[in-house]
Amino acid sequence: MDRDVDLAKDLKRAERRRRMTALALIAPLFLFLMASFVAPIVDMLRRSVVDTELAEVWPATAAAVKHWQPGAAAPDALYAALGADLKASAEARTIAIAARRLNYALPNGRSLVLNTGRALRADDTAPASWRDRLIGLDPAWGEPATLVALQQASGPATDFYLLTAVDMERDTAGAIVQRPAQQSLYLQVLGRTLMISLVVTLVCLLLGFPLSYLVANAPARTGNLLMILVLLPFWTSLLVRSAAWIVLLQDQGVVNGALQALGITDGPIRMIFNRTGVVIAMTHVLLPFMIMPMIATMKSIPPTYMRAAVSLGAHPAVAFVRVYLPQTVPGVAAGALLVFIMALGYYVTPALVGGAEDQMLAYFIAFYTTSSANWGLAAALGVILLGATMILYLVYARLAGMGQVKLG
Amino acid sequence: MSHAPSTLTERVARIALVVSAIAVLVFLVAPILAILPLSVNDSEFLTYPMRGWTTRWYESVFASEKWRLAVMNSFLIGIPATVIATVLGTLASIGLAMADFRGKAAISALILSPLVVPIVIVAVGLYFFFAPLGLTQTYTGLIVAHAALGAPFVVVTVSAALASFDRNLARAAASLGAPPVTVFRRVMLPILAPGVASGALFAFAASFDEVVTVMLLGAPHQRTIPREMFSGLRDSFNPTIAAVATLLTVLAVALLLVVEALRLRAERLKTRAGD
Repeated sequence: MDRDVDLAKDLKRAERRRRMTALALIAPLFLFLMASFVAPIVDMLRRSVVDTELAEVWPATAAAVKHWQPGAAAPDALYAALGADLKASAEARTIAIAARRLNYALPNGRSLVLNTGRALRADDTAPASWRDRLIGLDPAWGEPATLVALQQASGPATDFYLLTAVDMERDTAGAIVQRPAQQSLYLQVLGRTLMISLVVTLVCLLLGFPLSYLVANAPARTGNLLMILVLLPFWTSLLVRSAAWIVLLQDQGVVNGALQALGITDGPIRMIFNRTGVVIAMTHVLLPFMIMPMIATMKSIPPTYMRAAVSLGAHPAVAFVRVYLPQTVPGVAAGALLVFIMALGYYVTPALVGGAEDQMLAYFIAFYTTSSANWGLAAALGVILLGATMILYLVYARLAGMGQVKLG
Repeated sequence: MSHAPSTLTERVARIALVVSAIAVLVFLVAPILAILPLSVNDSEFLTYPMRGWTTRWYESVFASEKWRLAVMNSFLIGIPATVIATVLGTLASIGLAMADFRGKAAISALILSPLVVPIVIVAVGLYFFFAPLGLTQTYTGLIVAHAALGAPFVVVTVSAALASFDRNLARAAASLGAPPVTVFRRVMLPILAPGVASGALFAFAASFDEVVTVMLLGAPHQRTIPREMFSGLRDSFNPTIAAVATLLTVLAVALLLVVEALRLRAERLKTRAGD
C-alpha cells in the first residue's frame, strides 16, 4: 500500500520534472522572440493611438485647448497660450514638429504654423490681444476647423490615425465622418491589396491543381524529380525572380518578341511595371506555397475510393468531381489561405515590378516610416494589415492544425 | 490514376492534365533559366538574341568593392543569425515535443508566427524599438531580426524530425545508464541531425534573401546582396545584376539539393527504424 503511494508520488514528481525541463528548453526561444519580435510589434501598435508630439512642443496650448468646447467661442487664454507656444517653439526651432503634426489634420497646416512662427519671431512686441494678432497674420487661426485639429492633436491618446487609415475623420462637432474624396486614399489601397491577393490566390489555385495532381500521383522517382523542379523557384532568391520577370516581360523581352513573331500582337504590349506584372511575378513567387500542401493532401487520398465509384458505374468525370475533389479540400484550403496571407503583406515584388498604382499596404507602411515620418499613420496601417493577417492565420491554424505547418 | 486509361475521354483528360501540368512547370522554372545566359552576353542590354560571349560582367562583379562588401555583409549577418536560430529553435522543439502543458498551443502559435506576420510589420516595429536602444544601423540589430525570422523554420523541421523519432531509443539508452546529456548527444542528435541541418539551411536562406529589415534597419555600409540587387533593379538594371543572379541561382540549386538529400536520408532512417 505504502509502495503504491510512493510510486504515484514518484510518477507525479517525474512528470513535474519533465514539464519543468520542457519549459526550460522552450524558454530561451520564447524570451528571445518576446524581446525581438512581440515587444517591437506591440510597441508599434501602441503608436497608432499615442499622440504626444504636439503636447511636447506646445504644452500650454495642449493644456488650454482641452477646456474648449467645440462650438463655443475660444477663450482669450487659449490664444495667449498658442501665441506664446508658437513664438517659443519658433525660437527653439522645435516648431517643425508641431507644423508636421497639424499638417496631418489640416490641408495647409504646415505653412500656417511655419509662416505664423516666422512672423512672430521677427517681432518682439507683446500684442494686446493674441487673438487679433494671430487672426491678423492668418484668418485660419479663427476657424473652428483649426481649433478642432489642435484639440484632436493635444493627446495623449487619439483615434486620428486609425480613422485616417480607413479614410475617416472627426468633424468640428466631433462626429466620425467620411473624409473628402481628394484626401481619401487608404480604403482604395486596402481594396487594391485584397484584390491583388485574391487574384494571385485564384491564379495559384488554377495553376497549382493540375501540377499537384500529377506530382502526387506520379511514381516515386518521377515525383521526387518533379518536386525538385517545384522547389527550385522556392529556393531561388526573390530578387533573382523579379529580375527574371523584368527581363522576360519588358517591351523588348522574350514574351513580347514571341507574341509578335506569332502574329498575336502588332507592337509590344505593356506587361511589366503594371498590375499584370505584379500578378504574374507574385503568382510565380507564391505558387510553391499553394502546391506543397495540395500535394501532401492528394498523396494521402487512397485511390480505392475513385476505383469504387467508377466500378459502381459512375462516369470518371462524375467520380472525379463528386468523390476525388471533396477529399482535396483541406489541402486546397490550406494552400489558398497561406498564399492569401503571404500575398497581403507583400512589399518587394510590387515595389520592383509594379507601377505607382500597384503598391500595396506594406509599401505605404514602409513609406510613412522612412520617407515621410508619419509614424502614427504607419502604425495605424500596420494595425489593419496585422489584424487581417492574424485573423486569417487563426483560421489557417484551426484548419490545418498548428503542427501541420510543413516545409519542403 | 493507377489504372490504365480506357475510354477516349479519359485519355484526352489525362493528356490535358499532363500538358497543363508541364506548362505550369515551365512557368515555374523557365523564367529563372531565362536570365542566366544574359550574364555572359556581350551587350549592355538585357535582351535576346545574344550578341556574343563575354566574362566581363562577372569580372566587374568580382572587382567591385560594392559587391565584395555586400557578400561580406550577407555572411556577417546570415551566419550568426542562423546559429542563434538553430540553437534556440532546436532546444524549443525538443521542449515542445517532450511534455504537454497548459498554453502549449498558444506558445507554438507564437513561436511560428514570424513565418506569417508581414515582414514590413516586423521591420517597422524593430525600427521604432531599436532606436532608443541604439541598435538601428548595427550588425547586432540585423542579426537579432534575422534570427527571429529564421527560428520558426528550425522549429518546423526539427519538430517534424522529432515526430518520427522513436522514443524507445532514448529510453533504452537511459535504462542502460546513460546520463541525459549523453542520451541527447549520442542518440537523439544523430537522428535529429538531418532535421536540424535543413532547418539551419532554411534559416540561412531566409536571412540571405531578406531585403526589408536591411532596408529599414541597416546603415548604408551594411547593404547585403539582396539589398544591392533591390537598388540595382530599381536604379540601374544592367548585366552585372544578371551575373549576381546567376551566382545566387547556383547557390539556390546547391541548397535545394542538400535539403532534398537530407530529407531522403531522414526518410530512409525512418523506414529502417520501422523495419
